Amino acid sequence: MKRSLMLVLVLLLALSLGVSAKTGPKAVMVTDVGGLGDQSFNDAAWRGLGRAEKELDAEIRVVESSMMTDYEPNLANLAESGADLIWAVGFLMTDALENIAPLYPDTKFGLIDAVVDAPNVLSVTFKDNEASYLAGVFAALWSETGVIGFIGGMDAPVIERFEVGFRAGVMDTNPDAEILIGYAGNFDDPGKGKELALTQYNRGADIIYHAAGATGLGLIEAAKETGKYAIGVDSDQTVLAPQHVVASMLKRVDNAVFFGVEALVKDEFISDHLELGLSEGGVGLAYSQGVEIPDSIKKAVGDANEAIAAGGIVVPSTRAEL
Amino acid sequence: MAVLNKQPAVELKGITKTFPGVVANDGINIKFHAGEVHALLGENGAGKTTLMNILYGLYPPDSGEILIEGIPHTIASPLDALKLGIGMVHQHFMLVHPFTVAENIVLGEEPSQKRWFLDMKRAVRDVEKLSAQYGFQVDPNAKVQDISVGMQQRVEILKALYRGAEVLILDEPTAVLTPQEVEELRQITDNLAKTGKTIIFITHKLQEVMAMSQRITVIQKGRVIDTVRTDSTGPVELARMMVGRDVVFKLAKKEQAPGSTVLRLENVHAEDERGLDALKGIDLEIRRGEIVGIAGIDGNGQRELAEVLIGARRVNMGRILFNGQDVTAQGLRTRRELGISSIPEDRRQRGLILDFSLAENAVLGKHHQTPFRKGIRQNIEAVREYGCSLLARYDVRSAGISTTAGSLSGGNQQKLVVGRELDSDPDILVAAQPTRGLDIGAIEFVHQKLLEQRMQGKGVLLISLELEELLNLSDRLLVIYEGRLVAEVLPQDTSEGELGLLMTGGKKAAEVNRV
Amino acid sequence: MTINETSAKTGHQLERLWISLAAVGLALAVGAVVIIWAGRSPLLAYYALWDATFGSWRGFGEALVSITPLIFTGLSVAFAFRTGLFNIGAEGQLIMGQMGAAVAGYAFAGLPAAVHVPLALLSGALLGALWGGIPGVLKARLGAHEVINTIMMNYIALYFTHYLVIGPLKGHSYLPVTKQVLDSAKLWRFIPPTRANIGVFAALFMALVVYFILWRTTLGYECRAVGLNPDAAEYAGINVSHKLVVSMMISGGLAGMGGAVQVLGVQHRFYDMFGFTGYGFDGIAVALLGNNHPLGVIAGASLFGILARGSQNMQSMAQVPRQIIGIVQAAVVIFVTGEYAVRRFLERRRISVSANDFVSTTSGRDSR
Repeated sequence: MKRSLMLVLVLLLALSLGVSAKTGPKAVMVTDVGGLGDQSFNDAAWRGLGRAEKELDAEIRVVESSMMTDYEPNLANLAESGADLIWAVGFLMTDALENIAPLYPDTKFGLIDAVVDAPNVLSVTFKDNEASYLAGVFAALWSETGVIGFIGGMDAPVIERFEVGFRAGVMDTNPDAEILIGYAGNFDDPGKGKELALTQYNRGADIIYHAAGATGLGLIEAAKETGKYAIGVDSDQTVLAPQHVVASMLKRVDNAVFFGVEALVKDEFISDHLELGLSEGGVGLAYSQGVEIPDSIKKAVGDANEAIAAGGIVVPSTRAEL
Repeated sequence: MAVLNKQPAVELKGITKTFPGVVANDGINIKFHAGEVHALLGENGAGKTTLMNILYGLYPPDSGEILIEGIPHTIASPLDALKLGIGMVHQHFMLVHPFTVAENIVLGEEPSQKRWFLDMKRAVRDVEKLSAQYGFQVDPNAKVQDISVGMQQRVEILKALYRGAEVLILDEPTAVLTPQEVEELRQITDNLAKTGKTIIFITHKLQEVMAMSQRITVIQKGRVIDTVRTDSTGPVELARMMVGRDVVFKLAKKEQAPGSTVLRLENVHAEDERGLDALKGIDLEIRRGEIVGIAGIDGNGQRELAEVLIGARRVNMGRILFNGQDVTAQGLRTRRELGISSIPEDRRQRGLILDFSLAENAVLGKHHQTPFRKGIRQNIEAVREYGCSLLARYDVRSAGISTTAGSLSGGNQQKLVVGRELDSDPDILVAAQPTRGLDIGAIEFVHQKLLEQRMQGKGVLLISLELEELLNLSDRLLVIYEGRLVAEVLPQDTSEGELGLLMTGGKKAAEVNRV
Repeated sequence: MTINETSAKTGHQLERLWISLAAVGLALAVGAVVIIWAGRSPLLAYYALWDATFGSWRGFGEALVSITPLIFTGLSVAFAFRTGLFNIGAEGQLIMGQMGAAVAGYAFAGLPAAVHVPLALLSGALLGALWGGIPGVLKARLGAHEVINTIMMNYIALYFTHYLVIGPLKGHSYLPVTKQVLDSAKLWRFIPPTRANIGVFAALFMALVVYFILWRTTLGYECRAVGLNPDAAEYAGINVSHKLVVSMMISGGLAGMGGAVQVLGVQHRFYDMFGFTGYGFDGIAVALLGNNHPLGVIAGASLFGILARGSQNMQSMAQVPRQIIGIVQAAVVIFVTGEYAVRRFLERRRISVSANDFVSTTSGRDSR
């Protein structure tokens, strides 16, 4: 009885381990505690791996972290299991990667949103402030009331970049606009996000931009309810409510992740710090397909885009620089 | 009584029920007849309530059968029992206090109008009719929270009758009643019996059995000792059957002159939980070597009085002197250490920690003193040793020192409390309802201990609802009514009847000197 | 009689163990059904679960890392519960403990480890005790319910530490974290390269301490008395309010020390996690599983820690989503508590039948 059970077990194991018939590299990722389904950068990273599976025949896998302390063992586990490239998605994994990367010098690592200086790590950060600037330009021109809102998740340096870029864009476009700033205190409470959004709408705002993860989904709800407008973040959130989410700031985590795998296939993987801005196609602004966007706005945004790419406008990234 | 020849209304045949470690019922055979009041008499833990719970469908018997009108039935739930015409009135009533009497009675069986609407008018009419039929005198529109405990009991009985009960089980029905109310209950049960109902009456009180029943079945340790006709037996014989030995009813109380004052209350005022005045100027003096009894209907300030004495309740006005020292501001622990002990009225809620072991309970209240404490540590050995010795000296029967207090019978729980409190050799003992719910043997024990305290020159304050107990033990009797001591009488100069009147604020109160 | 007594006691404990094992088995079965439903192999998944902890020293070390904070928070909840308090605030107390240890860990340079480590641990424990003590005082003085207040204190801890790491105690150019603790404050890691550290022994030691306090000291006796029957405790001259405060402080101190161990042994700095760690809340389940007994807490924490570790491995080996482990954890709790509930119910009935005592239920009792 026992022996036959063991036999079945071993067979099952062999079967399931033997199914990998991919020719490409084994490229995997570890999510931060937000996990898959965040409609944001974890999902975006997973899309990037999905593309790598299709186009580069990579064998892909994801491990979602439940707790902060899972990052280290998760990274180590995947390294032990023979992965070729491991993406650590999220700046919270900085310490963990700093500790693990030196232990597995033959394994390549990628890090999103933060920098680790090690010979086998590719760090990718995004100039969120540049795209947020475009969102600010857009909002200033779209608004009829001249009152514009911003909702952040938590008041942390990463989110500060969004806020500051956005404010700069608004102020450069319409110096008379009033900007309402609100922080929810978390990234996972749509109820709180909705509450904040409704408050800002009540105070006259007619368009609000957010950088608040799942909390921001409440903003989209509020926009639908009041018939007002919102600007999405990270992924293309205009699809969630095309009539109301009229634009979305894009952070192309998917491109970065795919690029990493591609570099590995082409044997061009280098330890580096890539800062992806507008000119590199790492960030951008998407328009909704559900509403008519006036050409004048598109043109103004396009101009700002070019100016930033050309260095004509330097977008601030901290409140001190604003 | 001709009824005895007929088919029994209920017959129990060979009922056996065991719980882990206990045989609660051991092959019990009893016949109950229509038209009789049949008492089930036995000590606590004898198995009376278990037997009735089986009849009422709360527990399945391990073996044996139940015959209703000669036909065997399986009673799996109270619902089955009700369908067979068996109703039960529990010791603690199950009434919804803010509801009216009629609402309580029809609860679950509400008459309806057009299927959806409650027909309260019909409910009131039904209740009035039923009440008149058996001489209950209840007002269907009164709220349950506003009526007396005796009335509430009648509501419970009516509830059972409303559901068509032919057999009525009353579990310790007199425990909460005044003497007058007991008499009224007797009339009701007689009326019910006359109309052909079967009344089964669980009790451990001999007097009431003699007064109220026609036949008596005595149960001891889960077995039927005998079924006898009430008119052919007497209290002494019944007590012997119940306990298995001769019982002393009236303990010898030697005359002795009281000594110096040990406790004195001067114009003490206190509030109850709801912030209402519960004690309105109590003046009281207890001397060495005397037992002072407090008589009164439950809820007239007895509990607050006891709590004020031991320091569990704040005194709003007035002061308390103990051996001449003002202890009004002292806390429980200090007063305990000074020599004020108490037997709380509710031993399960305030006297013991049921989930603690016997040893742990034995030191409760003195656990912080040597030898039970060594620095921050508890001296487990000393606690155990002391516990064992206490159990032995106060005859607490248990399955071992490590078992929980909750596993003891009520009598043994009380022995433990009494032992613990007396063992610290207090100058004054506040005993609140010290024999409530106890069987004869345990009552005898507690009474003996109280008298011993008196003999040793200690003061005892005895708060009780049992008039007989008060009359037997007290040297002086004070009557409490609505937070005031309204009368002082000497036990030899009064009667239960007179006390009953005083307790209800009767006219004599005005004439009697204020204490 | 004594023989009967002891055999009854061991019998009782064996029964309890059996119940817990059965509950775990049932919960795994439920998990298996869900895994099959999700189109994955339960055998492979459970092999991965086992392998995560017991397949290698590395896994074992990491499992210890997962278990350690749960022992602390489990003990914290259990201690409060023994005093009749429901401490939902272990989470906030742990967070404060983390912060306390982190600051003490980097602020005092030049200390030998033998001084620095205890100092940092104590700082964490003290902050946790403070955080637990506040709702304790509110309860004792004002009768404010500790459940509400400990929950509120969780949020205060979360946002207060958040403010600290983006403000005055910011210790990194762009991450919301404090500085790293100094080497002299770090707990020795004994299964390198894993982060398993001597904090786990601190946890086991504290379990012993909790046992000692509860069952070998006068304080513990009084706390348990208050927990089981505050009325009787008051009548026995025990200062109930005082016990409530002390118990909440001990409870908070335990959780706080858990946070300190987490920082000094694992994270080496305070992280702003943009949300709760979950250790405090899992601690409630762990205490429940462990029947609020230190030994039970160790067992419960081990189970939860192994499951947490395994959930990560199940993803990478068997591609089973981590939520499955959440289902298994919830099922274990439901089955174990379900069993207890049924058993308690049966025991109650048994008692009420064998002792037909007069029990006053008519008199309304205030909940003082």
